[in-house]
Order: sequence, then structure tokens, then C-alpha cells
Amino acid sequence: MAAGFKTVEPLEYYRRFLKENCRPDGRELGEFRTTTVNIGSISTADGSALVKLGNTTVICGVKAEFAAPPTDAPDKGYVVPNVDLPPLCSSRFRSGPPGEEAQVASQFIADVIENSQIIQKEDLCISPGKLAWVLYCDLICLDYDGNILDACTFALLAALKNVQLPEVTINGETALAEVNLKKKSYLNIRTHPVATSFAVFDDTLLIVDPTGEEEHLATGTLTIVMDEEGKLCCLHKPGGSGLTGAKLQDCMSRAVTRHKEVKKLMDEVIKSIKPK
Amino acid sequence: MEEERHTEAKIGAETGRGSSPRGPGCSLRHFACEQNLLSRPDGSASFLQGDTSVLAGVYGPAEVKVSKEIFNKATLEVILRPKIGLPGVAEKSRERLIRNTCEAVVLGTLHPRTSITVVLQVVSDAGSGAQLLACCLNAACMALVDAGVPMRALFCGVTCALDSDGTLVLDPTSKREKEARAVLTFALDNVERKLLMSSTKGLFSDAELQQCLAAAQAASQHVFRFYRESLQRRYSKS
Repeated sequence: MAAGFKTVEPLEYYRRFLKENCRPDGRELGEFRTTTVNIGSISTADGSALVKLGNTTVICGVKAEFAAPPTDAPDKGYVVPNVDLPPLCSSRFRSGPPGEEAQVASQFIADVIENSQIIQKEDLCISPGKLAWVLYCDLICLDYDGNILDACTFALLAALKNVQLPEVTINGETALAEVNLKKKSYLNIRTHPVATSFAVFDDTLLIVDPTGEEEHLATGTLTIVMDEEGKLCCLHKPGGSGLTGAKLQDCMSRAVTRHKEVKKLMDEVIKSIKPK
Repeated sequence: MEEERHTEAKIGAETGRGSSPRGPGCSLRHFACEQNLLSRPDGSASFLQGDTSVLAGVYGPAEVKVSKEIFNKATLEVILRPKIGLPGVAEKSRERLIRNTCEAVVLGTLHPRTSITVVLQVVSDAGSGAQLLACCLNAACMALVDAGVPMRALFCGVTCALDSDGTLVLDPTSKREKEARAVLTFALDNVERKLLMSSTKGLFSDAELQQCLAAAQAASQHVFRFYRESLQRRYSKS
């Protein structure tokens, strides 16, 4: 009988739960779904990570290639993110050129990388004006159940921590690059941006980590990306119901706690990887 | 045939930014708005802010494709065309921001199974991304009003920049924007000054965010007063 009511009046069904300060899957309003992360699963990529946030699954693979640095910044490399939402993850996406959701997510990840300075682009330069690394970060969603931005940010961070770049020397005589695959070093990750997403219900209630259904019923969303010093890299609120300054403050404090949880999980995973 | 109403408002001068570390420079640059200048769209507006200018046209409520129709409200669509080049991923992201802001204020339930299309064309743009977004929001709002689309509130876009020493600058010039540590763009509604949309660039702290939000709320008063004056002038003479 509950399933029938849920199909006919999904918003009312949700309101009944929200009145009791909980959600249909048993979570509280400020609780995240179980987060799992798996690092280094793709052997052909230079760095990879798989993140599961409840049912939402995102895999990130990082490939490093050579490129000539841009002429207006000859001592910088490139980091090129791309988020792909294939028809596999949800019935709402069709095959073909990237839809709006994928483009917006790609732009969001590019902004997070740019704003948080997670990697100093100067670190990616091998020889100024001639050779630099370009890191292609491909994020593919395997299962779309809401809160894609949090999962993508986490997967990107974990994959970048897993990237090992070989040492490259420029041969003085031939001016060609020589790659030493036996000597690899990790990237210098300067900050750890962590995203926390909220959904706004009925213009007043804020819930953390919305599932696919909750996102559909919500009247607005908000994503806060915070680094470890409590500085905000991104406050992404794409329209939706209005929020007061006080509500924003509550979201900030939740984002701070979430950052600690994620950082702890990341450190555990990094420690558990056996050195090659 | 309605006459064009050209209204200008000079609010504050560009010089004289607050130089004290915590003093907000509460002056916005010159802005101007012209309505009903295109003949085909149901509503149109051109908004000029500093050296950024955007032309907006609204078609609606009009017929909608069956694949896109929503049974109980209007389908809102925003198309943003840059000044040069083809629209890319950045334009799509801005379109999403503007569309969601408009959806929050437009009373779509009064026109179910219809489409309301907002088309924005960047006419002049001094290379500033955040200033452009604020100008697009203002132009879109004025165009929606000109088209007579029912809304529950008006909205406006305000940009503020944070310098490396923490100075807050409202409505920054593009040079200032490039040198700033963080640039924040907010969309605020005029009923309760709540935050409808926010798009940020750079690093900033929580306290700075609240400060910028307060300054933006104060500055939005000027913009809403300008909206009211320009509409009063338009309708009082016809």
C-alpha cells in the first residue's frame, strides 16, 4: 500500500518522513550514505579510483601524456577533466554528445580544480616552453542515484593521489624526452577539496546527500566544496528556492564535519595500498 | 506600438573604492536598461552594466515539444550566445544557473504544458566572466517583466570581488576581477533578499562569504529601485 501511495503522491510520501526528521531509507537529515572508495583498480591508467556513495558509483581514471605548454604560460601543464554520464547509469541519459548535466558537471569539476589549486600547474612542467604533462581525468558514472558532484570530486581527489608520474629527462644532444618508467613519483597534492551537497525541500528543509528521487522532488540544490583549512573553493547554488545567511551557516558546519570524515577515509585507503 | 523607454541610472561613481581592510566599497557602476526594443519576441530588454552589455529576448508562453512538456508547469529554456565563437561548456553551465534561477521565480504552474524561452546575446563583454553572469541575470529579469510572464519575485545579479588583503569590492571592473583572490556572483530576490543562485571562483572563508552576501543584499536594493523607477517611467506616460 505504501508503494502505491509513493507512486501517486511522491511529494506527500516524502513529507510524511521529513516530518519525523528522517528519510525513507532510514537516514537522518544530516547523514551521508555509506561511502566506499577503491584506489588503483585500473592498471592501464596512471591513477584511478572508484567511489560509491550508497548506490551512486563514479570511476575516475587519470592518464598522463605529453604536450607543449600554452604560449601564454610556458611553465604550466594542463589538467583536463571530463565527466561522462553514459546511458548505462540512468534511463534519462541517451547516447550521443554530452547532455547538459554532463557538461555542467564537467565545468564544476574544472572550477574545483582551478579554484582549490589542488595541483600546482607548474609542477606539471618538464621543460618550460617545450614539454609539459597533461593529465586527462575521465570521470565516468556507472550508477546514477543522486549527488553526482560529491562522488566525482571525491573520485578525482582519490585518483590524483594515486597518480604516479615517471621521471622525464631531456637529452641535451638529441633534445628528445627520455622516460624512465622505473622511477615514479607521486603528485604533489596541495589541498584536499571535499564536496558536500544539499537539497532544499519546500523552501525550508535542507537534507544532505540527496538520492536520485530526492533530487527530483527537491526545489533547489546547493553544493559546498571545502578544503582542510575551512576555506571554500566553490559555493555552487544553481538557482532553486532562496536561502538565508543563517541556513548557509548550518550548511557550512555540516561541510566541515563531512570534510573530516572524508579525509579520514582517504588516509586509511592510502595507507592500506601496498607500495609497489 | 509601444514606445521605447530608455532609462538610465547613475548610482555611485566608479572611483573611490573603500581602501580600509574591512570597508566595503558600496558603489555600483553606471547601469542602463532599455525595454521592448525587438519586435518579434514577446518581451525584450537590453541591460548595460559598466562595460558589459547583454540583450535578452523572451518568447512565451508558447507551444512546447511533446518530449519536453511538463504536465503541470511551464518548461523554461535559456539560450546564451557568447559574443564570439560557438557556445561551449561554460555557456551551458551559465544557462543552467540562469534557468534554475528563473524557474524559482516564474510561476510556471499558471501556464502548464507551455514553453518559456529566454534568449541572451552578449553584445559587449570586457572579458569578465562573473560580471557577465550578473548582467545576464538582470537582462533576463527585465525581459521576463517586459513579456508579462507571471513571477513571484524579481531577481537581480550582483558581483563582488575579494582582494588578496580581504578588501571587498562590489561590481568590480574586469581588471580588478582578474587580480582578485575570489569573485562571487549572487542572484537575490527582491521579496526577502534571499540567496537564489551563487557562483564562485577562487578561495574564500566562511566569514568573508557572509560579509559578501550582506554587501550584495545592500547593493541589490539599488538595482531593485532602478527596476521600479524604469518601469514606472515606462508605464506612466503611456
